[in-house]
Amino acid sequence: MTAYALPAPTGRDRQLAGTGTLLRFALRRDRVLAPVWVAVNTLMVLSMPNTLDGLYATPGDRADLMHQVLTNASFRALIGPLFATSTGALTAWRVGVYAGVLAAVTSLLVVVRHTRDEEESGRYELVASGAVGRRAPLTAALLAALVPNAALALLVTAGLARLGLAGALCFGLGLAAVGMVFATMAAIAAQLTESARPARGLTSAVLGAAFVLRAAGDSGTADGSSVLTWLSPLGWLENLRSFAGERWWVLGLSVAAVAVQAVAAYTLAGRRDLGMGLLPARPGPPAGTLGSVGALALRLQRGALLGWAAGFLLAGAVFGSMAGSAADLVGTNKATREIFERMGGQSGVTNAFLASMAGILGLVAALFVVGSVLRLHGEETSGRAEPLLACPVGRLRWAAGHLVIAFGGSALIMTLAALGLAAGYGRDVGPLLGACLVQLPAIWVIGAVTVLLYGLAPRLAPGAWAVAVAVLLIGWVGPALNAPQIVLDLSPFGHLPKLPGVAMRWEPVLALLGLAAALLGGGLAGLRRRDLTT
Amino acid sequence: MTTAITVSGLHKSFGRTHALDGLDLDVAAGEVHGFLGPNGAGKSTAIRVLLGLLRADSGTARVLGLDPWADAVEIHRRIAYVPGDVTLWRNLSGGEVIDLYGRLRGGLDATRRARLIERFELDPAKKGRTYSKGNRQKVALVAAFASDADLLILDEPTSGLDPLMEEVFQACVEEERDRGRTVLLSSHILSEVEDLCDRVSIIRKGRTVETGSLADLRHLTRTSVSAELAAEPDGLAGLKGVHDLDIQGRRVRLQVDTEELGGVLRKLTEAGVRSLTSTPPTLEELFLRHYQDEVPR
Repeated sequence: MTAYALPAPTGRDRQLAGTGTLLRFALRRDRVLAPVWVAVNTLMVLSMPNTLDGLYATPGDRADLMHQVLTNASFRALIGPLFATSTGALTAWRVGVYAGVLAAVTSLLVVVRHTRDEEESGRYELVASGAVGRRAPLTAALLAALVPNAALALLVTAGLARLGLAGALCFGLGLAAVGMVFATMAAIAAQLTESARPARGLTSAVLGAAFVLRAAGDSGTADGSSVLTWLSPLGWLENLRSFAGERWWVLGLSVAAVAVQAVAAYTLAGRRDLGMGLLPARPGPPAGTLGSVGALALRLQRGALLGWAAGFLLAGAVFGSMAGSAADLVGTNKATREIFERMGGQSGVTNAFLASMAGILGLVAALFVVGSVLRLHGEETSGRAEPLLACPVGRLRWAAGHLVIAFGGSALIMTLAALGLAAGYGRDVGPLLGACLVQLPAIWVIGAVTVLLYGLAPRLAPGAWAVAVAVLLIGWVGPALNAPQIVLDLSPFGHLPKLPGVAMRWEPVLALLGLAAALLGGGLAGLRRRDLTT
Repeated sequence: MTTAITVSGLHKSFGRTHALDGLDLDVAAGEVHGFLGPNGAGKSTAIRVLLGLLRADSGTARVLGLDPWADAVEIHRRIAYVPGDVTLWRNLSGGEVIDLYGRLRGGLDATRRARLIERFELDPAKKGRTYSKGNRQKVALVAAFASDADLLILDEPTSGLDPLMEEVFQACVEEERDRGRTVLLSSHILSEVEDLCDRVSIIRKGRTVETGSLADLRHLTRTSVSAELAAEPDGLAGLKGVHDLDIQGRRVRLQVDTEELGGVLRKLTEAGVRSLTSTPPTLEELFLRHYQDEVPR
């Protein structure tokens, strides 16, 4: 027998062996999603200067805006403090928090996708049995998050450079820094939980807390100096003061946070076994009480429904609290007033504001209804529906369980949005309930389109997301872009009466309800007739 | 003999693939019927047609006397199904899933449920996402065996089970037969089918190529004989049904069509037998004979 002597690898080689291969593999898997995320975020930022130049054309307009931000706490809570009136400063103010949130969400999804998701699915086990160092997968995942963040920083810097290179670079780096703070945070969460979903949930909860801390801090102070703001990575982004006397040292906070969190993630990763988390997975009950497909559907959708309900109540309350000062916000600016009136109705800026907020919530609720209906599709393609439908359960009864939640749930969340608006605005709930519930026929049309696609052509069912996003874009940016009426008319939301403040019109509401019923019937008839996807 | 499942001339295509190409199948009430075929032969497609999940293009199928597409729910009241690849809900425990299936099928026997969980060594408190493949199969098997269904349709139910659990599974199937229930067992584990099944149907490319009891099927095939004789044999080569004859002095090896075995034995006895082994064909040989052109040589 021959003995083979392998060269003894050095410590670092062993730990990081295979990182390059894993990184290339990760980037290849992300080759569609990551560029889309980067492109959407970049376009959102780069479209701002022109829009803002149009909205706030004169120095007088900008002084008014500055005055409003200084005096209106809920405005600051939503967007943040404004440090200067140059176009660059306006851009960083208007879009900063939201671009930062998008970068954070992107980063956390990328990291969890390449760490805990891989491990949970068992794919990582095969990878780990190759010549792959213990630290290589986490390193590759963090680098896979760094690549899109760096691209975002580069594109934002290049795109905004004409407004001032220092400010553009500062803002670009600030966005990427937020991304990497949440990438490393997700790396920690991925060590704690045994499966990917709670790891994403945990990191998203921290992101939500960061938003709330910043909002609370900014509503109290007008210059971002509150301790609460300084506790939030999103607060660091605004405190960089891009285009308004950049404070570069604030970037040091992000760098330090990334370093500390990365060390923590590597330490935790080194202390646990493959597939295990540090937070134990809780066992479930050994016996169950679910007795029908309806109860099962409710159980499966319960968490998401509660999340949407809480979100709509909260969003309603925030929008409602802004309604009182809506006239101040919009009043002196001709361009915004016009947009509000085109989006929201004819009489009274407050009513127009409330109507447009109810409309926005309705558009977002269309996303809920699509996601909820598509649970049917997910249950079918995953193979979980097959044994259920081999029980004495008709297809329609099975579908009804999820559809009741989709259609009833959208009524529930719009009702809660109305209650939130009423609570925040401090007025009678009746008209606001009308404004929110009048959105339902349009929401239901989107839901029924989803059912139709699912019932007739299940392979095309995910296309319902495209329908919902198109409707969202038409409703959101269509009026601001002066889109032709024929395009605006494509969205069912465009036909609804802009309550409150205008007279109720039943014809469009009834027509949309009839359309929804017909689409729903067609979809269900298709579902009964077709083969199950297996 | 009443029949639990009758299928004749069943066709089903997906685009250009003919998954079922004139399938016939008869399962008698109270028997354990093996449904054999390699991957992609159309076993799962046939079962899904029987469950009313797919609609056949042509041909007839009756399950418990009813039409599987039109009377699906009525049939499902009396059957239990275990798929070959069980997927569970990530955050429901195994026990919750067993009870859900039980209630949907009209209740399950709590004592039997507890005993099955014990025999299969299943932890019912774990969440769906944490079960291994074999344990997910166990969840579906416990739910099916604890039900009061008249007909069990099992589609490669033991994939992922270890040999000990495979034995528990076989014992459970035998108990089901003793209780008078009918089992359609799709499998490609031949020993499992050989041990359990009263009759088998072998399908290939969506068509039934052989059906009957194992004894019937063996009758149609060849037995291998090898013998050491007192003298050199004479006249073996001319016998009807003898194949692959190999005579080395007084040693003889040959294959013979099972129905012609008697003639061969007479010739051997004439020469005087010192030792004799005769091997009936295994199911494996039956199976390979039908798929020979698919087996790489």
